[in-house]
Amino acid sequence: MSQPTVKEVLFNPIFHNNPIGLQILGICSALAVTSNLKTAVVMSIALSLVTAFSSMFISMIRSQIPSSIRMIVQMVIIASLVIVVDQILRAYAFSLAKQLSVFVGLIITNCIVMGRAEAFAMQNPPLLSFMDGIGNGLGYSAMLLTLGVIRELFGAGKLFGFEILSLAKDGGWYVPNGLLLLPPSAFFLIGLIIWGLRTWKTEQVEAPAFKMAPQVINKEAY
Amino acid sequence: MSSKKESTSRTLFVALAVSLVSSVFVAGAAVSLKPVQIENRQLDKQRSILAIAGLGDGSLSGREVKALFSKRITAKVVDLETGEYSTAFNPETFDPLKAARDPKLSEALPGEKDTALIKRRERFTTVYMVEQDGKLESLILPVRGYGLWSTLHGFMAVKADLNTVVGFGFYQHAETPGLGGEVDNPKWKALWPGKTLFDEAGKPVIQIVKGGVDPASPNANHQVDALAGATLTSKGVDRLLQFWLGEQGFGPYLAKLRSQGV
Repeated sequence: MSQPTVKEVLFNPIFHNNPIGLQILGICSALAVTSNLKTAVVMSIALSLVTAFSSMFISMIRSQIPSSIRMIVQMVIIASLVIVVDQILRAYAFSLAKQLSVFVGLIITNCIVMGRAEAFAMQNPPLLSFMDGIGNGLGYSAMLLTLGVIRELFGAGKLFGFEILSLAKDGGWYVPNGLLLLPPSAFFLIGLIIWGLRTWKTEQVEAPAFKMAPQVINKEAY
Repeated sequence: MSSKKESTSRTLFVALAVSLVSSVFVAGAAVSLKPVQIENRQLDKQRSILAIAGLGDGSLSGREVKALFSKRITAKVVDLETGEYSTAFNPETFDPLKAARDPKLSEALPGEKDTALIKRRERFTTVYMVEQDGKLESLILPVRGYGLWSTLHGFMAVKADLNTVVGFGFYQHAETPGLGGEVDNPKWKALWPGKTLFDEAGKPVIQIVKGGVDPASPNANHQVDALAGATLTSKGVDRLLQFWLGEQGFGPYLAKLRSQGV
């Protein structure tokens, strides 16, 4: 396998290999922080930076890491970066940090970060790993921002807190769909987006894992 | 090469080196950002005091919060035992939570008395007052207690009759987002203003009830609907109000204020 180019690692994860859309990773935080666009943006930036820098640092010391403790070394690096990000948010964006509550801390356990460290950074040079982290961050961000726009616009009639659709309760015409502000709605939306993505790019459709055998005797039905 | 990389001493060395570098990094960030964070927390507390007293919403900028706070709000340190004001501490810098950990300034609560599950109660605490032309407009009392996962820290603001709620809310907690975390929901907080806390005898009768408040009930004015899906947090909030409004909390202080006829 030849080495991937910078352009590939940077832009492939947006549509071809989206971490949420194709790899189905990082769903938990995608449900939790997308009820408004502001938290979605901050979370996207935080995750992209953590993925990029952790991939870079891990890649820098990849030839030194003994394979027996490689996971824990990756975890330590990722966790340190997340704590630093959390501290910075608390210092400079206190109210946002309060809204994001536990989810910044949970970047540590976000499968995307760990997945990129293990699958890419352990085999590739630092700069390329950094770009791969940014690329996967972009893929995650693309999904989060799409969800954030849909959920905030149709759930609250706003974008970034500014009113776009005038709400019926304030004398306008739009009755917001309250379901969109609740986490399950993000599940439905992600499902629809994956469906759309796989209809457009049919190579993403997975082969069925097993085939159900037809019933051979009548008795099996009972 | 690979056998050398996998040796025990090598593994230990890498583990130590990575931990050391990471810890320096994390500690450096934590220490260097601490002053800004402390100021943020202070500001957040002042902002929530203003919001609970109905003087401003969360959209005020940091400078506006500081200006409004110093203009409208007076802080005083109260001796919870006697109900008198104390001049032994500077109300600007006195930290009741720190005092609660100091054995000289606090007392341990035995199990049956510790209804709010706070373990120790400080002897002195800071109350905040909104005054207009020297007359008390509203009084803001700090309250805290254990919910499901965490201690909830908040404020209860009452009118000058020392009975009617102006506002109630928490500025710090770690309850489950979406369930117990709904104590921050503006809709729930809007249920509080106008409720009355005490009966004629001055006993705290405010109550959080499950299944909605029946407006026909004679106690409707003392009752607030519980949070859906957060029984334990609701119970915790109920208990902490009973504690802080009762004899062990602000009871003596409020009795004193009533007798002085403010």
